[in-house]
Formats: sequence, structure tokens, C-alpha cells
Amino acid sequence: MTATAPLSHEAIEHELGRLIERSWQSFGMTVLELSAEHLVPLVTGLRDKFDFVLFLDVTAVDYPERSPRFDAVYHFYSRRHNQRIRLKVRVPAEQPVVPTLAGHYGSARYMEREVHDMYGIEFAGNEDMRPILLYEGFVGHPLRKDYPIEREQPVVAYRSPG
Amino acid sequence: MAVMDYMTTKKDELVGWIRKFSLFPYPFVTACCGMEFMAVSSTLYDTDRFGAALPRFTPRQADLLMVVGTISHKEAPILKKVYDQMCEPKWVMAFGACATSGGFYRNYGVLQGIDRVIPVDIYVPGCPPRPETVIDAIMMLQERIAGDHHPILPAEQREREPSHENKVFPIFPAADRVPPSQT
Repeated sequence: MTATAPLSHEAIEHELGRLIERSWQSFGMTVLELSAEHLVPLVTGLRDKFDFVLFLDVTAVDYPERSPRFDAVYHFYSRRHNQRIRLKVRVPAEQPVVPTLAGHYGSARYMEREVHDMYGIEFAGNEDMRPILLYEGFVGHPLRKDYPIEREQPVVAYRSPG
Repeated sequence: MAVMDYMTTKKDELVGWIRKFSLFPYPFVTACCGMEFMAVSSTLYDTDRFGAALPRFTPRQADLLMVVGTISHKEAPILKKVYDQMCEPKWVMAFGACATSGGFYRNYGVLQGIDRVIPVDIYVPGCPPRPETVIDAIMMLQERIAGDHHPILPAEQREREPSHENKVFPIFPAADRVPPSQT
């Protein structure tokens, strides 16, 4: 397949604009902002119409002073356009739930587990939410800004100080 | 009795001299310090000159545990198990800033110094340490072994020094050290 012209966010808006709330270019990358209920239709649309077949990453950002508090951030890669795209979904702290993409991209199962470890965001439909980087018994979500930076949760009992 | 004391001292000197030149390290390599460990143990710097060259691949055959790199809380049980598997006499070297104190990882995941979990005989500073620093540490450890009491005779077993477990090692004050059940 030959490479085509760079994909502008206007072209994506033209096709899938009803699912997108806002879109802009950020350092050469197209960024789309959307609400959680449009995530799965938009991702399938991007995959089928623009060949965004590679799921690069899902992570989150914590804005403690903002409401809704979290951004879930997704990155995809299009083979046809040789281009990456960023999706931002705002997630409220009271009900931090976004739909899972595990049914569409297998690797999402593991990356969503990491986001659940670190930010406490639930992925509706992803049943396996065991800790993946943290350990059983860890309380809290360490990449939330309100996690005390010096709190330790040791697994092995510490030796008694002299 | 004076003769016996003299003989015991001479015996300790002999055993210490033997032991200090036959350190069998077990490299517990977890992070980037491992590169420096490779440098110090291979030809250019060559810990073989100090009798501490042959790494054992099971802790049961080793007597020097070199903890090379960052130890996370998730890994601490493994380190403790490896230490417990080693036979006496055994020594522990904290290699690099992370093993010594957690280094610059002051966060939720990293053990702030392996001396919170296992006793440490010698600390090697540096991020990573220069090979010369490691060699200096090995030589200091050898001096210490040479000067130690080595209770190997059956009659001495009773008057043995308190084991590593009971020795008191300085640990940083820990106001915010909360076991998982209380958080």
C-alpha cells in the first residue's frame, strides 16, 4: 500500500465528527477529545476507515483541581497514513469508568490493567483487573497526585531498628 | 588458658586468611549497576586478583551476596529468600546508591535501602560505583573477614557471636513507614 498525504484532523472530523467534541494539532499529532460513550464507535471508525490498527498505549493524567478529574489518553498508529493519533477521554473522579478496548485490541487488556493500578480507572468489560505492576495488597493508586509521595507499603517485614 | 587463647587467635587468623581469598559472590543483579559489575569482574579490573571472581549461580554455594541495583518492594521477598538460602558464613554488599539507600527513587515502589530487609556488611556508594570503589570495598571486606572471629570448632559453637539476624544495624528513621494493614 502506498503512503498517502498526511491525515489532517479535518479529514477525521469530516468522517467521524459526530463522535468528536474537539480536535486540534499538537506538536504535529492529531488530538481528538471525546466523551466516554463515543470511545468504542470512534476507535472502530478510526480502525476501519483510516487503518489505525496498532494500539500503542493507554495512560491517564490526573488533574486534581479540575472536574472531571482524569484524562484517559489513548494512542493509535495508522499503517496507511504512517501517522499517530491521540484520543483524550475525560473521566470523572466520582465514577472513573471508561469502556474497555480489549475486544478490539488484545494488548489493551494489559495496558488497561496498568492504568487501573496507577490511577484507579475502571475499564468496563475488562474482567481481569489484577495488579500487574503493583502487588497484591497494595492500597491506593500511586500515580494519583494525592498519593503521599513517601508512603511505603512493604511486603517483607522490616528489620527492627537498633 | 593463655595457650588456648593464643591457639584460638592463631586459628582465627588462619581461617580468616583462607576465607578472605575465597569469596564466592552471588550477583543479585537487578538494574543498570550490573554493567559496572560486569566491568569490575572481567579482565580490565578483575576481581579474580582478590579471590572473588567466580560467581555462583545459586545462593546456596555463595558466601558474598552482591545486591547490584534497585530493589523494589515487590522484589524484596525474593531478596530475603535468596539471603536466607545462603549458608553461614555470609556477607552482603550493597552495590550502588539504589541498594544502599534507594538512590534517587524516593517513591511508592522502591525499597529505601536493602538494610531494611537484610543486614548489610559493606556499602558501595556511586551511581553506578567506579570499579575502583568496588575493589576498595572488596578489600575492606577482606580486612574485616581477616580480623573476624571464626568459630569453626565444635567447642566454639556455643560461644558464637550473635548471628547477623540479631546484630544491630543503623536504619534510617522511618516516620512514614506504614505496614500494608494500616493504610
